[in-house]
Formats: sequence, C-alpha cells, structure tokens
Amino acid sequence: MTQSANASGGAVPWVAVGPALLWTLAFFAAPFIAMALVSVTVKGGGFSLANYQQFFTDPSYYRALFNSLEVTALVTVISILLAYPFAWILAEQIPERWQRLALILAILPFWTSYVVRSYSWLLVLAEKGVVNNTLVQLGLISEPIQLANTRFATVTGFVHFFVMLLTLTIFANLKQLSPSYRKAAADLGAGPVRTFLHIILPLTLPGIMVGAFLTFVLATGDYITPQILGGNNELLMPQLIMLQIGRRGDFPLASALSILLMLVVTVAYLACARWLKIERA
Amino acid sequence: MRSAIRLATVIYAVLIYGFIFLPVVTLVLFSFQATSFPIPPFSGPSLRWYQAVLGDTRLTSALLNSLLVAVISSAVATLLGFLAAWGFARFRLPASALMRGLITLPLTVSYLIIGMGLLVLFNSIGFPKSLSAAGIGHVVINLPLCFAILYSQMGEHQANIERAARDLGAKEWQVLTLVTAPMLWPALFASFFLSMTFSWDEFVISFLLTRFETTLPVEIWNLLRSGLNPKTNAVGSLVFLVSIAFVLLFELVFFRKSRS
Repeated sequence: MTQSANASGGAVPWVAVGPALLWTLAFFAAPFIAMALVSVTVKGGGFSLANYQQFFTDPSYYRALFNSLEVTALVTVISILLAYPFAWILAEQIPERWQRLALILAILPFWTSYVVRSYSWLLVLAEKGVVNNTLVQLGLISEPIQLANTRFATVTGFVHFFVMLLTLTIFANLKQLSPSYRKAAADLGAGPVRTFLHIILPLTLPGIMVGAFLTFVLATGDYITPQILGGNNELLMPQLIMLQIGRRGDFPLASALSILLMLVVTVAYLACARWLKIERA
Repeated sequence: MRSAIRLATVIYAVLIYGFIFLPVVTLVLFSFQATSFPIPPFSGPSLRWYQAVLGDTRLTSALLNSLLVAVISSAVATLLGFLAAWGFARFRLPASALMRGLITLPLTVSYLIIGMGLLVLFNSIGFPKSLSAAGIGHVVINLPLCFAILYSQMGEHQANIERAARDLGAKEWQVLTLVTAPMLWPALFASFFLSMTFSWDEFVISFLLTRFETTLPVEIWNLLRSGLNPKTNAVGSLVFLVSIAFVLLFELVFFRKSRS
C-alpha cells in the first residue's frame, strides 16, 4: 500500500498529516469524549447513570428507538424493491447513449435542498394537497384522508430520497457486470429467471448492501424528514434527542441518547463491514 | 410476450419517474401561485412570492451566510484533506492505517451526533454559537470525504514526477504547489465541489451551532413554522436552481476533461 517513496522525510510528513489529524481529534474525538462524560451526569449534578436508566425503563423513550428501527427497516426494504427494477431498466433496457441523460434525470430531485424536499412532500400529502385533491376529483374518496403527520408520510419522504440513492449504487453495480456472465449462463441452459437469481443477484449484492447500509445510517440519524412529515404523533430517535435540547436544555440526557443511537449504527456497521471496504485505487 | 415485458418496463419507469418528480414539480408549480396557499387549484402564474423572497433581508443574508460557510469550510476541508492524503501516500508513517482510519471515521457518524458533540464541547468551553462554529462542523463532515477522494488519486507515476522535481532542486512546498496540486486538480475540484454541496445543504449542525446569524436551510426551517406558504415554495425553487447550476458546472468541467 504505502509506496516505496521516501521512507522517512523527517518533519515534512508530520507537517502534512498533522493538521487533518489535529482537526479530527479536536472537533470529532474530543466532542465525542465530552458527550460521553456529560451523558453520565444529571443536569446540574454529579455522576449518575440516570439518563441511561431512564432510557431503558421508560417506554416512551425506548419506544423511539424501536420506531426508528421499524421505519428504517420499512424504508430500506421498500426502497430496494422499487429501485432494483428501475436501475435494471436504466442499465439494460435503455440504449447506451441515452443512459447518462436517463440517470441524471432520475437523480435530479436529489439536488433539491434537504429541508425543501420534505416540505415538498408535505405540499403533496397535505389535507387539501395534490393527492387528496386528485382523489376527491376522481370521486375515489369523498373526504380528504389524513396523509401528512403519519408514519406513512415519513416513510414516503425517506423512500423518495433512498430510491434515488439506491438506483445510483445498483446501476453502477449492474454496469460493472460483464455481459459474458449472462451469455455463459444462457449457453449452459439457464433461463432468464435462473440467470437472475443465481448470477445477477448475487453479483449485485455488494452494491445493494452498500446502499442498504447508507440508507440505515442516514435514515436513523435524520431529524428533518420525521419532524416535518411525521410530526409529533410518533417520535423517532433524532426527534427525541432534539426535544431534550430544544425545550429542556437537558444536555446530559441528549448526550446519552446520542451515544445509544451511535452504538446502534456501529453494530450495523460491523455487521456489514465485509461489504464496505474502502479500497485505494 | 416480448412486447408485454417491454410495455411493463415502460409503465414501471414512467411510474418511478413520476414518483421522483411529483414533489419537485408541485414545489416549483405552486411557487408561481397568485393566492396565499400553495394548494390546488393553481391560480398563477405570478412572481409575487419571488419578489417577497428577494425583499426578505433575513433570507438574502442567510443565503450569503450559507455561501460564505460553504466556500470557507470546503476550502479548509480540501486543503487539510490534500495535505494529509499526500503525507500518507508519499511517506511511511508509523500507525498509518490507524491514523487514516481515524480521519475517515466521521463518515460513519450521523450529522446529528457530530453536531450534538460539538454543541456539548463548545458549551463546556464557552465557545459561542456562531457561523464559525457551524463552519468547524462542516469541515468535520467534509474532511474525511476530501481525504478519501484525494488519497485514492495519489498514484505512483505522480510520485516519480515529484521525485524528478526534487532532484532538480525544488523544495517540498514547491513540489506540492507547483507539481502535485496541478496534477491532481480534477480530484481537488471534485473534493471542493462535493464539500460545497454538502455544506450548502446541511441543516442540523447549523441549526444546533448558530444563533442569530444563520444559514439558509435553518432560515427555511424557520419559515416552515408558518405552515404551507408559497414563499417557501419560491425560496425552495431558487435553492434548487442554484444546486442544479452547481451540478451543471461540475458536469461541464468533467465532461470537457474526459473528452479532451
């Protein structure tokens, strides 16, 4: 990995890597340690495990973690099921020279601001919004139905974002497959279904896993989408954390909840680690 | 059979494109609404909400703040990432893998937790909430990305050219600024550009770490408290336009490069 270049360059390499290391230590590692220390105190008092105790014993607290995991699992599964066929159409069914344009179009709304994207879904799902309006006009429903401020709205907002993200990762994966795999499978007598199940799907699994992991990390840590679309009827973990800071200024409890959320993500990372190697080209 | 599959494919693609574009089209369409609610029926086109946005000094100053934070934090992240990538690629350092791991670690932690940590730290040392505090947070989230991009681009052939420059009497800083940086400019540009888009769009860190002067996403968030409002549509559409401009610029620069 490390090249045969200068084996040692005196102080030069340390001057080069020092600033980035110090920045990460000061503004990433130190904050984390500060948060860990604060999390084992109570507001205005000394050492205490009360914050963690509260989380594990009070249903309204640990419920938020379950809500987060449920929503994330739903979002991940729905997004993969929607994105995979779409990525396949883009990669295999569209003529080569239109693919770039088709892909750029498919991820264009990716570039809307993240706060604005959730707000846009609120417009669509509101009581008198586009969806309700259209359904009433068509006579399918007589009264507007509640779509906004529900788990359905949160999941829709998330799925919208992750369908775009997963389409990108799965598309890239499909394009890397050599067409000779498919030919070889056909020569050996496999039909399209068997070819897909035994050849294409296993070979694109790493792309799906990378996408699923990104979905997991980004969805469990997101405050905006559940807050704007789901409202306060059912709290997700990030909403619970922000609630401690906003209304009560309870930094110790917020810190404890943040650390618990991070632990959950770390466990997921370790579970997916074998598919997520960052390699040097 | 073949045409049935073909038809199903077309219908599926149209449905997904429809789903992807539904909120964006709704947003932009009702930004031209003439009346006060961005809900059907459409009563425009009118530019009154765009005038309202451009006349709102809170929004325009938030936009400038966002650009300022994005440019400065991206420049810092790219510079630190570049120096570190060069140091790790060209020299044999003890515990190199461990240190590289540390620098890329923030990539796996959500913005909310990075923001919370900085809030707790700054609160305990008395560093005030400000645009600088948010900028520091933006460097934390973008540095690992810049480092990963630039480190992956440090190849052996560049090392040879650097050696040649050194043999001809160039000092280390001259090698870096006159040889390495120009050779890596596409990767430097990509790092800077990606950092810009992430910083420009970042909400939760800015929300936690700024108070009076703040960035555009936070100001838009404040607008949301007044409920559905065509003014929010207008500012959202403008932000979308700016982001598309970023992307087009990126495409143009790299498309040209890959052709030449």
